[in-house]
Amino acid sequence: MLTTIYSAENIITMNPARPFVTHVAVQDGRVLGAGSLEELSGFGDYTLDDRFKDKVLMPGLVEGHSHAVEGKWWRYVYCGYFDRMDPHGKIWSGLQTITEVVGRLKEIEQTLTDPTVPLTGWAIDPIYYEDKNITRHHLDEVSTDRPIAIMHASGHIMNVNTKALELADYLRTGIEHDGVPLGDDGLPTGELKGPDVMMPVGQYAGFDQNLFDFDEQGLVDFARLCVRTGVTTATDLAARLGDDVVETGIDVTAKSDFPARIIPLRFHHGVTPQELIDQVQRLAPMSTDRFRLGKIKVVADGSIQGFSARLRWPGYYNGAENGLWYIAPEQMREIYEKALAANIQVHTHTNGDEATDLALDILQDALRKHPHPDHRFTIQHGQMINAAQYRRMAKLGVCVNHFANHHFYWGDEHYRLTVGPERAERMNACRTALDNGVPLAIHSDAPVTPLGPLFTAWCAVNRITSSGRTQGEHEKISVAEALYAITIGAAYTLGMDDEIGSIEAGKHADFAVLEKDPTTCDPLTLKDIPVWGTVQGGRVFAAADA
Amino acid sequence: MPEHTTTSPLPVTVIGGYLGAGKTTLINHLLNNANGMRLAILVNDFGDLAIDAALIESQEGDVISLSGGCICCSYGNDLQAALMDTNKMPDPPDHVVIESSGVALPGAIGSALTLIRAMRLHGIVTLADVSTLQQHATDKYLADTIERQLRDADIIVLNKSDLVCASEIDAVTTWVTTINANARVVPTTYATIANMVVLDEQPQTSADEQSPLALNQQPQNAVRQNNDNHTQHFKTIKLAATQPVDSAKLATALASDKCGLLRAKGFVQNQSGNLHTIQVVGRRWAVTDAPTGVDCGLVCIGRDGQWQIEEIIAGFDGISIA
Ligand SMILES: [Zn+2]
Repeated sequence: MLTTIYSAENIITMNPARPFVTHVAVQDGRVLGAGSLEELSGFGDYTLDDRFKDKVLMPGLVEGHSHAVEGKWWRYVYCGYFDRMDPHGKIWSGLQTITEVVGRLKEIEQTLTDPTVPLTGWAIDPIYYEDKNITRHHLDEVSTDRPIAIMHASGHIMNVNTKALELADYLRTGIEHDGVPLGDDGLPTGELKGPDVMMPVGQYAGFDQNLFDFDEQGLVDFARLCVRTGVTTATDLAARLGDDVVETGIDVTAKSDFPARIIPLRFHHGVTPQELIDQVQRLAPMSTDRFRLGKIKVVADGSIQGFSARLRWPGYYNGAENGLWYIAPEQMREIYEKALAANIQVHTHTNGDEATDLALDILQDALRKHPHPDHRFTIQHGQMINAAQYRRMAKLGVCVNHFANHHFYWGDEHYRLTVGPERAERMNACRTALDNGVPLAIHSDAPVTPLGPLFTAWCAVNRITSSGRTQGEHEKISVAEALYAITIGAAYTLGMDDEIGSIEAGKHADFAVLEKDPTTCDPLTLKDIPVWGTVQGGRVFAAADA
Repeated sequence: MPEHTTTSPLPVTVIGGYLGAGKTTLINHLLNNANGMRLAILVNDFGDLAIDAALIESQEGDVISLSGGCICCSYGNDLQAALMDTNKMPDPPDHVVIESSGVALPGAIGSALTLIRAMRLHGIVTLADVSTLQQHATDKYLADTIERQLRDADIIVLNKSDLVCASEIDAVTTWVTTINANARVVPTTYATIANMVVLDEQPQTSADEQSPLALNQQPQNAVRQNNDNHTQHFKTIKLAATQPVDSAKLATALASDKCGLLRAKGFVQNQSGNLHTIQVVGRRWAVTDAPTGVDCGLVCIGRDGQWQIEEIIAGFDGISIA
């Protein structure tokens, strides 16, 4: 067996017994040991590789809540407010006004030769614009002949032009739907809210029916983003996992140059609890090292900014009616019970605090029926969890994966509109989670916000909103805690902390290769640390080649 | 179906209600009594839908073909796509029935139907298990969802009414009325509601005016006994329409609380001489262009003793009890 020993300026191991070392020995894709060159030479023959001698290594970063479909969405025109890097490393500048969005779309439009081919964009977020109302007339400036659609950053709203409405037969009076605002003329304005109303139009404007399923090219492009952000293991958190998708996933990730481990979770919707359990049990044995099947994602409620999250009293700050359940409590109960009995891990999306209460109530009952000493059920987002809920979670053995990035992108909106100042300041309360002993991860929910655990760590450490305010001083965590959350912390929520998340003997040789040391930099610059690339399973991937 | 032409919109009934309310029982009942009407049933999943095996002809993926040209599709998380597929079927059904999931708001599904020009919302029927409704309605997680489902209904079916005593049915009915004062409330057992009440089937005047509202026979596995407290009787009345009439005004009157009927359908001529179809499902009404060659007149159905028509039609010249 060939052994390679890498030297580095610093190696952050996340192993508290020897937190920083200078060398790591790799054999057959795994870590033989971490220490000094002299210590490691005791394993026998080796090749010394010093290409990282002025870099900093840390454990390959783990994204515990992302959606691989981001790779696919980059085929559409980026219309976001903030600068964002595409899979090929190009930085697309943010667009600060609707005029700029129209400008970029016009530019792309001129490169299209076929006059009927749709023009499709994504990541627009009008909450940052002075004039928040975008209508079909704005997009008609780009073209009245070809259908145009732009997905919002949230993934829940779409703006389309007149042609797209026409093609879908929406350009008429008589539509009465909360998700389809009408203009003074009684015709839709072109804003479409919710998948029910988006998809019938989106399909004429370049969005395919399986909007949230990855495809081959999309998965490859998603993995490119992983290399560029130091990620070696990423979840695809809500997949339907049809047989074709599973086959694509297994084949694509098996290629020798595929640089990431993908963990798809089967979404509960559309099948009965028993079918869900059966499918996941059938898929689990098909897992490979780089495509891990066998976990479930349950969605309990909607989103806070969409006012579809389930909130406890006193509800929404602006008085909006409470949100919606996305699953009946009885069905959640059946899934939890059957999953515990079958030793299947469940991650549950909750945004509102009432949804978290429901999940905890049901889990508590289910655990009395099917005691499980190490279930690692995880609350995903859990944005409004309060101290009492964390105390309960600790007792029940529940982990949390907080949406730290959300705080930056929508924190001001929550403060002003959705939940008000008091609760906005304690959203994604990482400090309180840790203080109460709840295992913590933090996430991007890519493509909702950009993949990039160092940025996510920056969000949790600084709690700065997009307007520049620090919101919730008390809930800040330290850099060390944040780095833990994006490595071992996230690995723990996936039940993989014995394999990944730290650089120590026996684990996969998964490293993030950084140009600067996050443990010594100014915490305000965490997000700016350049990523050279990754090592995944002992294979070296430079971002420059991705 | 004389009124069904390829250009008239496809009628859609939305069945709402929490888990255990009897939605799938009702669907089986509708299928078993389709009587030549070709139904497309859209369910969230096939889970609890125990379709009578004798009805099943074949299954391909998410679609089960049933005898008599009916089909049953599971729509998973994409109802809108399933509706559009149904709409594009080469041989479209006569009526679409959507079983909404236990926590869905049937009114939201109804609004989504306005997005499809070729379909129209026929009515929203929300079922409730009368024996557990008030318990659910105080559940801290479910109360508002249950109330919103009831609020969305044109007809509220209080199912399993044989499991409680008459005074409890009255109490629940009174409570339901505080949530939705305009819907018609119908107690029943085994979710047996006549197809003509729920679907766009021409109501018939029956020789036996006192037959149970559920015209159809009990399911074969029925073990519970009906007694008089729980058996609803219905009454149909045929109206003649001998003069032109303001069709929207008449439809509004028939759908009013004061009238209280469950279902009406028929044809009238309006003042401009156009033939109109009038549809009433509980509090909901619709007026559309009628197919050519129909005879004017309406059939109305309501719970015996729970509705009245004389005062309602008194204001309409040419409308009289036939
Ligand atoms: Zn997500």
